[in-house]
Amino acid sequence: MPAFEDIKNDFAFLEDWEDRYKYLIDLGRSLEPYPEELRNDAHKVRGCASQVWLATEKTGDGDDSVITLKGDSDAHIVKGLIAVLIALYSGRSPQAIADTDAEAALAPLDLSDHLTPQRSNGLASMVRAIRAIAEESVNA
Amino acid sequence: MSIDVSAIREEFPILAREIYGKPLVYLDSAASAQKPQAVIEAMTHAMEYSYANVHRGLHLLSNEATTAFEDARATVATFLNAASPDEIVFTSGGTDAINLVSYALGVDEIREGDEIILSLMEHHSNIVPWHLLRERKGAVLKWLDVTDDGEIDLDVYRSLFTPRTKLVAISHMSNVLGAPTPAKALTQIAHEYGAKILFDGCQAAVHGKIDVRDIGCDFYAVTGHKLYGPTGIGVLYGRMDVLKTLPPYRGGGEMIDTVTTDTVTYNDPPHRFEAGTPPIVEAIGLGAALLWLSAKGIDAVAAHETALRTHATEELRKLNFVRIYGQSAEKAPIIAFAVDGAHPHDVSAILDRQGVALRAGHHCAQPLMKRLGVTATARASLALYNTHDDVEALIKALHKTHEMLS
Repeated sequence: MPAFEDIKNDFAFLEDWEDRYKYLIDLGRSLEPYPEELRNDAHKVRGCASQVWLATEKTGDGDDSVITLKGDSDAHIVKGLIAVLIALYSGRSPQAIADTDAEAALAPLDLSDHLTPQRSNGLASMVRAIRAIAEESVNA
Repeated sequence: MSIDVSAIREEFPILAREIYGKPLVYLDSAASAQKPQAVIEAMTHAMEYSYANVHRGLHLLSNEATTAFEDARATVATFLNAASPDEIVFTSGGTDAINLVSYALGVDEIREGDEIILSLMEHHSNIVPWHLLRERKGAVLKWLDVTDDGEIDLDVYRSLFTPRTKLVAISHMSNVLGAPTPAKALTQIAHEYGAKILFDGCQAAVHGKIDVRDIGCDFYAVTGHKLYGPTGIGVLYGRMDVLKTLPPYRGGGEMIDTVTTDTVTYNDPPHRFEAGTPPIVEAIGLGAALLWLSAKGIDAVAAHETALRTHATEELRKLNFVRIYGQSAEKAPIIAFAVDGAHPHDVSAILDRQGVALRAGHHCAQPLMKRLGVTATARASLALYNTHDDVEALIKALHKTHEMLS
């Protein structure tokens, strides 16, 4: 899995939709396997037309705490979007996640088609779910 | 008589659009059809020249608007071959039409333990209103299985009836499998057992001649926006002897006879069921759409659509990575399919970038999805403005989709 900055740089070189989609699909394929025991309703993200699962794990305490994300989808492009979000958010502190403006961060990737709340692929729902977990952790 | 598709396409301004720089190939008409100029102009004319509230006013504009609105009702009656325009209730859509029946039958006629027969291939709009009656009144839902092609075994159907069966609510054509159901036979059997029958005709009315008197059904629900008309308008056909027995659905203006501080008496059908100011402009638009469609010749339209469906099916069958759901010989050009190794949403997203608009999802038919063993499918649905070039564009775009995902 490349880092978010690398993904951003790669996207800058991808000119047409076909290459972008292929890149996203490959990113999704590079995700580490999602734990089968977490493939359940409790980890399903609502508001996505395809099936999306998202699991978080918090390690460490206070300012040293870090949230690790795992995710999966039965749709290739959506799985690629999950990979982008994992690159953006995973391994960061709850405060850093809460402070990250996903829309601004993803703007250079030109994924705005996917970010409007009405879009049924649910990228916006995933961002909301991740932020909710981080904010809960910050406020705890 | 055959239809001139290129001339018809000229009548649809939106078909000239490009999508991501590619010509639009619109294959999502079963979700909602595009609108011909005749409809756009009829609605614009109503608003620009001849608009006022209907039925109430005594001034010229109100009379003109009322005439146009009631002419639209008469057009619908002719389109469905109802005995009278009074059997045509304007609703806000197909969903609203079915909810009207569900509500009105639930007031008194359907009671705890009474049974309603539904098929497994119903759209949610013909499932959830009955679940509401199950929740509200303790009605029992009984499910009729269908074949993989969306066909019905009449013996199995007959076996579901009991003395408690009050209603059959069933699609006249599946929005996923595209197969028509044997409406007349279904109706005869329901009536043998003293049950009423409602057809969800939202798809069927688009693809062939509907004759509610020949079918003999009690109710027939249709939506406007799939019939080349506007959104916000639908129709409930109800046979007059049945409509007369139904209590009102909503209360408001227009549906009353007299109102005092202590009492209210209700208007006759269809006005009893049309509380408040109706969707006047939309009804006029629907009337224009049906006149327009009828002028093309419903048989000629069906012949063109059958040719498109045959062509698309033959081409899809050649793709060893595509599986089609529903192979009825009589099906409409509504083709649900899966692409190996791809989620329907991937298919739709990649086709979209190639200018091909189709539907991916559960099509508001989750029980049918479960019956087919899938969570979603892609669905290409064609209409009278589609061409054989559109079919070729779909096939070409599917090749690319498969290549990108494998």
